[in-house]
Amino acid sequence: MLEVLFIGLSLGSILLLVALGLAITYGAMGVINMAHGEMVMIGAYVTVLSGIWLGTNIFVAIPLAFIVTALLGLLIERVVVRRLYGRLLDTLLATWGIAILIQQAVRLEFGLSFFGIHIQGLGPGLQNVSVPEYLQGTISIGGADINRYRLFIIVVTAILALATWFIIYRTIMGTQVRAIIRNPKMAAACGIDVTRVNALTFALGSGLAGVAGVMMSGFKTVFPDMGTPMVVDGFLVVVMGGVGSLLGSVFSAGILGEINGLVAAATNDILARAVVFGVVIAIIILKPKGLFALKGR
Amino acid sequence: MAIDRRRFLRNGLLVGSTVITSPWVFQTGAQAAGEIKVGVLFSLTGGLSIIEKSLHDATMMAISEINASGGVKGMKIVAIAEDGASDPKTYNEKASKLVIQDKVPTVFGSYTSASRKAVLPVFEKRNNLYFYPTYYEGFECSKNVVYTGAVPNQQLSNFIPWIIKTLGKKKFFIVGSNYIYPREMAKVSKILIEKNGGEWIADEYLELGHSEWGSMVNKIKGSGCDVVLSNVVGDSVVAFYREYKNQGLTHDKLPICATVTSEIEIAAMGAEYAVGSYTSFPYFQAIDTDINKAFVERYRAFVKDPKAVTHHALESSYFQVFLWKQAAEKAAEITPVAIREAVKGQEFDAPNGHVKIDPDNLHTYLTPRIAQWLPDGQGKIIDAYKEPTIPLPYVAYGETPTNLFCTSKGLETAKLNKT
Repeated sequence: MLEVLFIGLSLGSILLLVALGLAITYGAMGVINMAHGEMVMIGAYVTVLSGIWLGTNIFVAIPLAFIVTALLGLLIERVVVRRLYGRLLDTLLATWGIAILIQQAVRLEFGLSFFGIHIQGLGPGLQNVSVPEYLQGTISIGGADINRYRLFIIVVTAILALATWFIIYRTIMGTQVRAIIRNPKMAAACGIDVTRVNALTFALGSGLAGVAGVMMSGFKTVFPDMGTPMVVDGFLVVVMGGVGSLLGSVFSAGILGEINGLVAAATNDILARAVVFGVVIAIIILKPKGLFALKGR
Repeated sequence: MAIDRRRFLRNGLLVGSTVITSPWVFQTGAQAAGEIKVGVLFSLTGGLSIIEKSLHDATMMAISEINASGGVKGMKIVAIAEDGASDPKTYNEKASKLVIQDKVPTVFGSYTSASRKAVLPVFEKRNNLYFYPTYYEGFECSKNVVYTGAVPNQQLSNFIPWIIKTLGKKKFFIVGSNYIYPREMAKVSKILIEKNGGEWIADEYLELGHSEWGSMVNKIKGSGCDVVLSNVVGDSVVAFYREYKNQGLTHDKLPICATVTSEIEIAAMGAEYAVGSYTSFPYFQAIDTDINKAFVERYRAFVKDPKAVTHHALESSYFQVFLWKQAAEKAAEITPVAIREAVKGQEFDAPNGHVKIDPDNLHTYLTPRIAQWLPDGQGKIIDAYKEPTIPLPYVAYGETPTNLFCTSKGLETAKLNKT
């Protein structure tokens, strides 16, 4: 039973890992970022490429992926998203287009494959990420065999969630972000540089997705389409938790993960997935703003 | 160089007379003088392009090799490549285009059963010919498809008895992706398991492309099985093997015996996760013959990737073009029906060994092999049939070599209904 609960916790942590960045870009900025999954994918490819070309392991890839995807996010915000604030559906279409561009860029090796040049670690194929020996296998805790890599993901997710909480609730920039969530015009009137804060927030959300990608690369398959299904799960978590609420995302990820784990253990994974969708639909019907909606006037 | 006027005149006359006599040749539709057009239809984009691009490359390589050695009866093969885009509907449209507009007498293509089923009506209605290179679930008897991959009996009829007798494992946990191929494979497996005195304790499925294996592996762990039979397909394979090791299961105590895990998936997951597990296929990159080693070298040179891996469906994509070439040379005319009649009984020395098209069901005689995966990501072939074995696409429904369901007359449905 302990193992089942642990798997549920692990599923929840994976959901949260992807949802953290979304909670910021979607929750705080009102941008439906369909390219979020591709940021996860880029993070995974940073792990692959740094492993091949720099010979470094997964720990080095974490800050590296954060920087790469944050810069990419900054670029996307500056070039496209900035022009679309307040137009929710347009952000969806535009970022979806960006997602396809990024996918194809990786698949076609930034166009080099047309010239017969092959970069190891890119292209349409499946990529391999090697995981250090001490993160493979199990350790025994309280009589249960606990999967080390999953434990590692839970720890990293917890650290990231705490760091995000700290940034949003304990720093000046975070205060400004929260002010912008509540009322962008009033925030601007109080002297907050809304465009600058928005750009940084988007970069932060993208960077978090990049770190999620590094973690995913260690136990899922790395290939250009890998991010697409993840972004759906991420939106489920954010919508159920309540847009703009970090705590909501944490709780809904945990609840969905445990439901998935328990139902899968009792019946099978296909049914578990259906039950998860059912629960999300029920919650959206009963509480349209999610579990932890911001109260406002 | 000065042009000799007399020679100029003579050449002019020659050219002129060729032009006058040749319109008949030029006007016979697709078959312009000295060339044969064929269709090549694989997904070059979308999720399946990972595998299908390699099948496309192998087909193109075979065509270029045939052209380099003189073509078909002196005619050059011209490949018209189309992109199935990992989408059955697109497959159907592209197949129609190749058959109706380009008037090709043969198309090579498809990886998934879904895409084959999508193009089947096109080829049956127009009485055209399709060459399908992938191992699949059987249960098909089309006169317009030549199947050069393995059918269930060529992957399982050696594998299950071997697991029970040689490995001494009797309790099977069957796991697969949730669609027709793994389900048909499970059906055949259960027949064979019971016949050989084993038992199966679970038969579980996960969505295609699912990569969250925590619960399933935990279930395997608690089930009390002593062997796992995996029909898991695609990128799920990688997540499965990784989770398997990460939950503390080892292949020496509880081996995964797989029917789909190939060199491609092993390379992606990292060989350390698969070391000691088994796969059954007619072809492995590690087959130790000169013809196969040369094939691997040529393929790597062709795709300009010194680390490219070869696998079963890729090898079938390659040798089926040669079987087609032999049939086209034997056939009186280059039409789909003539080629199909000529391909019956064709034999060829492929990288995997001797192959032969069964004259009745148009499937291929292949040599079943079992390999154990080594730390370098290659299989060590530890068991193989001495000779190619007959393809039985209806083995799950009681087909035997002496009682064929699918013959040159078509499917005998009466036999099918009895079971």
